[in-house]
Amino acid sequence: MMDALGTFLDGAVRTATPLAFAALGETVVERAGIINIGLEGSIICGALGGLIASAAHGTGFAFVMAGLSGTAVALLFAIFVTLLRSNQIITGTAISLFSLGLTGTLYRQMYGPAGAALTISTMHSSPLPFLSRIPLFGQAFFSQPPITYLLYGIVPAIWWWLYRTHAGLALRAVGENPEAAITAGISGRRVQFGAILFGGFMGGLAGGTLVIAQAGTFAEGMSAGRGFIAIAIVVLGRWRPVAVAFAALLFGGANALQYLFQAMGWSVPYQIFLALPYVLTLCGLAGIAGRVHAPASLGKWVETS
Amino acid sequence: MSGLALLALISDMLVRATPLIFTGLAVAVAFQAGVLNIGAEGQFLVGAAMATTVSLQLGPALGFTVIPIALLAGSAAGALWAWIAAELRSRFHVLEVISTIMLNFVAVYLISFLVRGPLQEPSHVYPQTSSIISSARLPLILPETRLHIGFLIAVAAGVTGWWLLRNTAGGFRLRLTGANPSAAFSAGLIDTERTARNAFLISGALAGLAGSVEVHGVTFALYENLSPGYGYTAIAVALLAGLNPLGVIITGILFGALETGASALQRDAGIPATLVSVIEALIILAVLAAEPLRARGLLRRDVTSVVQAAEPG
Repeated sequence: MMDALGTFLDGAVRTATPLAFAALGETVVERAGIINIGLEGSIICGALGGLIASAAHGTGFAFVMAGLSGTAVALLFAIFVTLLRSNQIITGTAISLFSLGLTGTLYRQMYGPAGAALTISTMHSSPLPFLSRIPLFGQAFFSQPPITYLLYGIVPAIWWWLYRTHAGLALRAVGENPEAAITAGISGRRVQFGAILFGGFMGGLAGGTLVIAQAGTFAEGMSAGRGFIAIAIVVLGRWRPVAVAFAALLFGGANALQYLFQAMGWSVPYQIFLALPYVLTLCGLAGIAGRVHAPASLGKWVETS
Repeated sequence: MSGLALLALISDMLVRATPLIFTGLAVAVAFQAGVLNIGAEGQFLVGAAMATTVSLQLGPALGFTVIPIALLAGSAAGALWAWIAAELRSRFHVLEVISTIMLNFVAVYLISFLVRGPLQEPSHVYPQTSSIISSARLPLILPETRLHIGFLIAVAAGVTGWWLLRNTAGGFRLRLTGANPSAAFSAGLIDTERTARNAFLISGALAGLAGSVEVHGVTFALYENLSPGYGYTAIAVALLAGLNPLGVIITGILFGALETGASALQRDAGIPATLVSVIEALIILAVLAAEPLRARGLLRRDVTSVVQAAEPG
């Protein structure tokens, strides 16, 4: 029983890690008043970028390249949304479609439609001394690949930046009341541009995590809607970085229920588990309805300069 | 190219265009009303599943009425799938973009479950259903080709949709709801909430019809990869047509040709067919990029003002 619970928690943290990266990035973007549906595109490009870089160089370099691949996609989104002021939702949808098609095309061109897939050895988990020996939780939370530990650092860092720095205040001001922010001399457009690029980098890291720390290879469409799920997680976490991280973990837990079910020997059609994340997202969004305060100018077109 | 080969090529393009016209209309109707339905893909699949079920289970009993009944049932299932998102939108203020995308994934796994479980063909070898009986198959327009009357139904739907939007009170309410919801509401004439919901349901029904027609005119069975992303391509189809139903017929045929060509290129020249997604995305971006130019009067046709007005909030 303890074993099954340990496996369950480990699975929860594993699933939650890429989701948390993407969702934390999106949190910052949405706090600046932009909703980036193209996050899915950053994740899939980060996955392919990470794989190629990992095959050529070390793991650290691969994560940086994954992040930059995600940023490149976000740059395209940022140009359309902040400079051309296109509809954020439609632009984001197009960017996702573009990235899924592009990565699929590149991968098929490089390795053939059914040719030998490029595989890399995945990042090993490195147990932290002492912490990993905490009963039940230690193994799940502190015997993970190092990228997960990076996440533990990023959560408080984003919180501190958002709530304790001038730049963070400026960003939140742009999302809540752009007119006032602009009157105060803040360049709304520049803030949003920067936030989108940061969100893209985090999305890229999410994709990199999938490939470098988990799958060890790339598959067409392997992001499997994680970008959209991350956007839902931001809502569940009410746009607060710490809560968003816990929402991602909750989500990972729901997803890891299948391990618990398997351990219990309950047979359920496996498609139910595959569909579960999406159903849960819907239930979660409906469940918190009317009790959340979104950034006031989220997704709206505002005259920024 | 011989005349016969040309005929086969053109009919293949129109066969491919048929689901794109239906789903393109689905997207156009929703976007016109300011509802950002990204869920045509899921509604297509659920519609296909329902229509297949009706034809498989009741086909022999229904005689010649099986086709209309199956297509109606498929449309209803598509509308039901959209209704979930419509309900979440109006009751819980859940952004329909997120909910419809989630429902797309749920639909994919629902089909996967059905074709490996209750609806699997009797030998239980292949992940697909049995073929529907011949009385349930859509008649061909041209003998010796694959072109079925579903194409004519799609064209008729486009023309009807165009006429309804232009000439009826309901069409006017729908366009006004999308163009300026607050004005439409405060004028006191239009229940914008209800209009948007109706547009959402019609959109789902059209996508469900697309799936039903695909099964009854082309594949004759349900299987997992029934749709190569028709519901997503539909967004490009609708936007390029400026959300005009008549335009959707044209752009649907255009994209049908594009995708038929891409399959041929993959087969003959080894160019990945996924490239089509890239081209489609670039077309959407090009339409968006042209928007500011239009706003400045540099282009005459005001194609996407409706899309701009469809901004959430």
